[in-house]
Amino acid sequence: MEQHSGHALVHRDDEASKIGMWLFIFTELLLFGGLFVVYAVYRHLNPVAFHLAAEELDVTVGTINTVILLVSSMTIAMATSSIKLGNKRLTLLLLSITMILAIIFMVNKYFEWGGKISHGIYPNSQTLLDLSQGDVLFFGLYYAMTGLHALHIIVGLVIIAVMFFKVWNGSINNDYNVQLENSGLYWHLVDLIWIFLFPLFYLIT
Amino acid sequence: MSQDEHKHVVSYKTYTIILINLLILTAISVAVTEIELGPLTVFMAVFLASVKSALVLIYFMHLKFDNAMYKIMVGLVLVVFVIVMVITFLDYNFR
Repeated sequence: MEQHSGHALVHRDDEASKIGMWLFIFTELLLFGGLFVVYAVYRHLNPVAFHLAAEELDVTVGTINTVILLVSSMTIAMATSSIKLGNKRLTLLLLSITMILAIIFMVNKYFEWGGKISHGIYPNSQTLLDLSQGDVLFFGLYYAMTGLHALHIIVGLVIIAVMFFKVWNGSINNDYNVQLENSGLYWHLVDLIWIFLFPLFYLIT
Repeated sequence: MSQDEHKHVVSYKTYTIILINLLILTAISVAVTEIELGPLTVFMAVFLASVKSALVLIYFMHLKFDNAMYKIMVGLVLVVFVIVMVITFLDYNFR
């Protein structure tokens, strides 16, 4: 991989850029961590309302979205391996699959939120305000946390699209691929957050 | 896998096995909620989610294959989070 022998000294520190990415991931973990603390406290204070409100959520949709994110996490992880092995076509294919899965996740989210909103359950709606304080808190947290997570999916989609383009034009290749690796780390973070959101909102009733 | 390369390339097979494990754990966590476990329900859900996230961190996020420094950093962040959680609940329970 040493075509440009010696003369151009390009400063490049893959390890440092990965540490930078991890530091960013830590801020994200603590951001969502803070929200999980809020959820835990309000659940502790309103156990009955949280129990009843959680039964409103569709476990099937939640499970499908979990499977989608887990598979997409694997495809982007495989993409970081295939680029290191120099398989550009496979990398592009795996990144495309990851993007398609992310879009399917968002489509599911759209219908899920749409269903809730058409039933009059959305922040500050009259239906919701007529319910108990615990219901208001549950759905407030539901919209805030899954909404923030969905925002991360959209950002991830843009990042993966940029990576796709860079792999395609060769600026990410089997020698230089830390950007793809960092994008993978970001996508796994999004997956990681969902791993906790799913049981806390959909499963525990 | 080429041993001559310095960077560790994780095999597709490893990733596939991890995914299968994650899917099995998801199925278990969905199935477990059908059973009445009482106060253990929350514990089970969080426990299974923790196992799943450990798999993601260790294999998908390469903590197993990377420099030990990353493991220490992730560990410290988790400790900070647990401390925040414990202090918050101490406050709410003994207020």
